[in-house]
Amino acid sequence: MMDLRTERRLKNRLALGVSLLAMAFGLFWLIWILATTLHLGLAGLSLQLFTHMTPPPGSSEGGLANAIAGSLILVGMATALGTPVGIMAGIYLAEFGRHTWLGHTTRFVNDLLLSAPSIIAGLFIYEIYVAKVGHFSAISGVFALALIVVPVVVRTTENMLQLVPNTMREAAFALGAPKWVVIGRVTLKASLAGVMTGIMLAVARISGETAPLLFTSLSNQFWTLDLQKPMASLPVTIFKFAMSPFQDWQQLAWAGVFLITMGVLALNILARVMFREKHKQ
Amino acid sequence: MTRFFALATLLLLVGILVSLVDGAMPALEKFGSAFLWTGDWNPPAERFGALIPIYGTLATSLVALVIAVPVSFGIALFLTELAPPWLRRPLGIAIELLAGIPSIVYGMWGLLVFAPIFAEYVQPALASSLGQVPVLGALFQGAPMGIGILSAGVILAVMTIPFIASVMRDVFEVTPAMLKESAYGLGATTWEVVWNIVLPYTKVGVVGGIMLGLGRALGETMAVTFLIGNMNFFNGFSLFLPGNSIASALANEFAEAESPIYTASLIELGLILFFITLVVLTLSKLLLLKLSGREGLKT
Repeated sequence: MMDLRTERRLKNRLALGVSLLAMAFGLFWLIWILATTLHLGLAGLSLQLFTHMTPPPGSSEGGLANAIAGSLILVGMATALGTPVGIMAGIYLAEFGRHTWLGHTTRFVNDLLLSAPSIIAGLFIYEIYVAKVGHFSAISGVFALALIVVPVVVRTTENMLQLVPNTMREAAFALGAPKWVVIGRVTLKASLAGVMTGIMLAVARISGETAPLLFTSLSNQFWTLDLQKPMASLPVTIFKFAMSPFQDWQQLAWAGVFLITMGVLALNILARVMFREKHKQ
Repeated sequence: MTRFFALATLLLLVGILVSLVDGAMPALEKFGSAFLWTGDWNPPAERFGALIPIYGTLATSLVALVIAVPVSFGIALFLTELAPPWLRRPLGIAIELLAGIPSIVYGMWGLLVFAPIFAEYVQPALASSLGQVPVLGALFQGAPMGIGILSAGVILAVMTIPFIASVMRDVFEVTPAMLKESAYGLGATTWEVVWNIVLPYTKVGVVGGIMLGLGRALGETMAVTFLIGNMNFFNGFSLFLPGNSIASALANEFAEAESPIYTASLIELGLILFFITLVVLTLSKLLLLKLSGREGLKT
């Protein structure tokens, strides 16, 4: 018969051991995925990737140039479109409507939108735009991605503005500054690094988004800068190529996965480091 | 001015609901509420029912939670109580990076790397162990194909772990140090403190975190699309069988849907998905708010 003390200590050991295993389990997947991405992605990297268009059906020669450019255009425009809206709404939540009915409701709804399925954004834009004009287009992909940017930026902007001590606002008010000057020149400036972090996280999030683009910008085998035409993007191209039976296409898809994963992880880490640096000061 | 943008965010939710209802109208009118429990998805005959995708969505998400909840709890326990302070931050970031990896990467990796290994080693092992247990065994029958509801669920689990684990870690940290120290002072072990003090104190938040993970899992699209097998027939309850989820049905079929009623039925699927996730996320949010409200009272 084990005495109570040994039993409790054993139970403790066991629980802590299992928690260590859980941590290892989590890290195991991260390492496995990153290792595969590096291994297969690096093998597919070449200069051709950036200079050649995606291969037509039946051919294996090609690169990802149009998909890379398409992704940059879509992500860039969506960020430019969604960020101001997000920052404005974030300012309202933190500076004007902190305790109002509208503020509380918007904060709540924004958090719902933040976690809502991204495919719904695509469906929504399809309904209100693509179905009306009658064809898939790059600009509709921009709209869908912008819808995903907004809640991310709203959340971080509000959080960052709330970190600014009220004494700073009061000091500015005491000097006779009107509210918009206080916000523009004091609070927003003080939380600039945080707001930038939010934008970077939003860019990271939409860079890998595939689902909202499937019914909006679709894909395009050719080079195009026309926003009224379907446009290729890295995630949708990966989707197409990964499902294909051709070895060369899968190779291209791995190279695309490598580019996206490294870009997104770099943005994630950079955003955290930047925010932390600022916080130390 | 800024108020206008706040209002716009708010109206976005209403706008999405209205437009989806509008788009789904032909299907709503034609099939009525039978849409929800009809298992027939037959585009050529223009007969549509949502039962199979709804089942697939719920089954994969449940599999994901069964795996992700205990693992996330372990990770949160490790990060708050066990890890040396200098390791907490890097390990916490590493787990959060799992959430940063795009869904398409999980999908392609899952299909080409994970599924073959899963079919060769894990599924036969499951079939010969859990598969022999009465009742429960019915979930682990059939040929190990590597793709199907179970594989999709496992990948979903990996994708939801960072969300659940980081909420759990955050709520564990709000437990007042005095409560924990009192228990330690009485001679409690680390495990006893976590199980008897921290967990009861934060259970509302923990459930909120789990709901958040569930909300994420329900709407996850690309990873599931790669792994679930996209089968619109119901062949039994075995988790080895392929199926379909709402999000992957949309991803696969929407751009190719020819007839208006097909499109409308897919939009109605989207509406159902949006509605379910909204309910789950609202519950999650309310639970988490309840915890932070209590925290406010205590301090």
